[in-house]
Amino acid sequence: MTATFNLTGPTPTASPAPPTGATVQLSAVVKAFAGHTALNSIDLDVAPGELVALLGPSGCGKTTALRSISGLESIDSGRILIDGADVADTPTNKRDIGMVFQAYSLFPHMTVLENVEFGLKMRKVAAARRRERALETLDMVGLTKHRDRFAHQLSGGQQQRVALARALVTRPRVLLLDEPLSALDAKVRVQLREEIRRLQTELGITTVFVTHDQEEALAVADRVAVMRDGRIEQIGTPEELYATPANAFVADFVGLSNRMPAELLDGQVHLHGCTLNLLGDPMPDGPVIALVRPEDIALAADGIAGTVISSSFLGSLRRTRVRLDDGTVVAIQHEVELHPLPGASVSVRLKGTPVSALPPKPKK
Amino acid sequence: MGVLGAAGSHLAVAKVSANQAVRIGAEPSTLARRLILGIIGGIFLIPVIAMIEFTFRNGLAGDYTTSHWTGLFSEDSARTYRGLYQAIENSLVLAAVTVGIVLVLLLPTMVLVHMQFPRLKRTLEFICIIPITVPAIVLVVGLAPVYSVVVHVLGGSTWTLAFAYGITVLPYAYRAIQSNLDAIPVKTLSEAASTLGAGWMTVLWKILLPNLRRGVLAASFISIAVVLGEFTIASLLNRRNLQTALLQVSQSDPWVAVIFALAALALAFILLLIIGRLGSATPSRRKS
Repeated sequence: MTATFNLTGPTPTASPAPPTGATVQLSAVVKAFAGHTALNSIDLDVAPGELVALLGPSGCGKTTALRSISGLESIDSGRILIDGADVADTPTNKRDIGMVFQAYSLFPHMTVLENVEFGLKMRKVAAARRRERALETLDMVGLTKHRDRFAHQLSGGQQQRVALARALVTRPRVLLLDEPLSALDAKVRVQLREEIRRLQTELGITTVFVTHDQEEALAVADRVAVMRDGRIEQIGTPEELYATPANAFVADFVGLSNRMPAELLDGQVHLHGCTLNLLGDPMPDGPVIALVRPEDIALAADGIAGTVISSSFLGSLRRTRVRLDDGTVVAIQHEVELHPLPGASVSVRLKGTPVSALPPKPKK
Repeated sequence: MGVLGAAGSHLAVAKVSANQAVRIGAEPSTLARRLILGIIGGIFLIPVIAMIEFTFRNGLAGDYTTSHWTGLFSEDSARTYRGLYQAIENSLVLAAVTVGIVLVLLLPTMVLVHMQFPRLKRTLEFICIIPITVPAIVLVVGLAPVYSVVVHVLGGSTWTLAFAYGITVLPYAYRAIQSNLDAIPVKTLSEAASTLGAGWMTVLWKILLPNLRRGVLAASFISIAVVLGEFTIASLLNRRNLQTALLQVSQSDPWVAVIFALAALALAFILLLIIGRLGSATPSRRKS
């Protein structure tokens, strides 16, 4: 199936589609809306066939970055290169991209099959070939039997699958996903993100995936770019971001962290009698808030005393909330065999893993 | 008739958004609803029945005849009422040109404002609503000098009156199209289409227009209804259309005038029924 696609890539250039996608480069891209800087000199390199997730809170500029790549948003300065060519003067419909939107975007007056065929029609692919290709792509998302339905007859998850097929059928150079899963319920979201990842790997399409859900970003992306206020704070593999966050914002945003008051002395974090190495940029000595991952704290025979508040079963592990004697509430991740009851007195111990730290909250 | 047409479209439009609307007070009972409908229907029906009855009257003799109806199809009357037929043709041409103005000028403007210049939406709405507040007679006073130029440039053909009608139908056409525009995700659909390789014209023609079908048809039918019922502007600018011809005929043959008035009324009624169907048929398709 994939082979057929490669041989008949509808790219404007007559040459067959390459086995991997195009490169995407953003260099010093700036975009402002009415005084608000949405993109503040963004640099981003996406390798062929790579899936990069843009992750950040709402208003961080991630969607603007994606829309700039698609051409739906013009940029104020900087350069956007697709396959090395500056696309500044290329309108959206000539950029040869595929895009899936957050809002359901299927054409309501067309059937599923007609929706999927639309991009091929725009590229003047012959009717018989068009139908064949559209059906192949629908098959990839498992919706062939719904080909004659209209959008309103499909569930949200099915609509986004069709939208994905519609974006992929032309074998675009770049696939852009703008929070495609955020309107779906949790179970469908997980299924579909895995499907997106599978298809993306199979087809080798360079993909930029925008999301505000860190779990989603870590699960699907080759690399994740964490954004804040129009800047990329850190870009790296999910493992790098999780284990060695460049700063406290990244540490706080990626994964779950306990906030524990601590002292910083000579670049080391002193916390409940433990001395831990500091991750990220150096900070001035003094009081700080240490960010400790739940798996970096353990229930132990002796250590810091506390009282269990609650304990929840999460399938393969259990997460217990403990109020320490100094009043701090921490979440601890441990094996399911341990089942502390609320109200029980326990002791916890830090495992000694390096931590990130935030400056202390200014006193009111 | 025009006002009636607008009311019909508002009803149809209101049905679409009824689910989102905040309900004020309780729904009236079935009996109350039928009573209200019966009284209003009666008020509208009495003159229509009277008109029908009148067309069968045999002068002042007090008995009834079908000769006024059958006479219409005789060769004699064809000659007598040639002017009237010409006027009907004029009105149909005017309706067609007016609809053309709405589709070629108003529709693309509204789509453009909706997508690219949302801040101008209020201004556009204001401009489009103004004609409803300007009495036809005032409009004519303003239009008279304009038309002296129009006649000079384009000649005195009847169709040029459509420029004035294009203005008078604006409020109705605007409402019909706007409610449809608000009901579909114009921006997302056109962005999706352009990422798939569609240019601006393709987006408008292949994506937006099919989804605006309901609003566009409603706007067209209302425009036709308004134009077919227009008298004041045509009369004051000395043009011949259906209504001015009817007035003239009624002075020599009141029965024929009433028969044609009934026909015009029936046509408008059919148009309103079609609009009503358009309004109620689509929401089931749109529910998702």
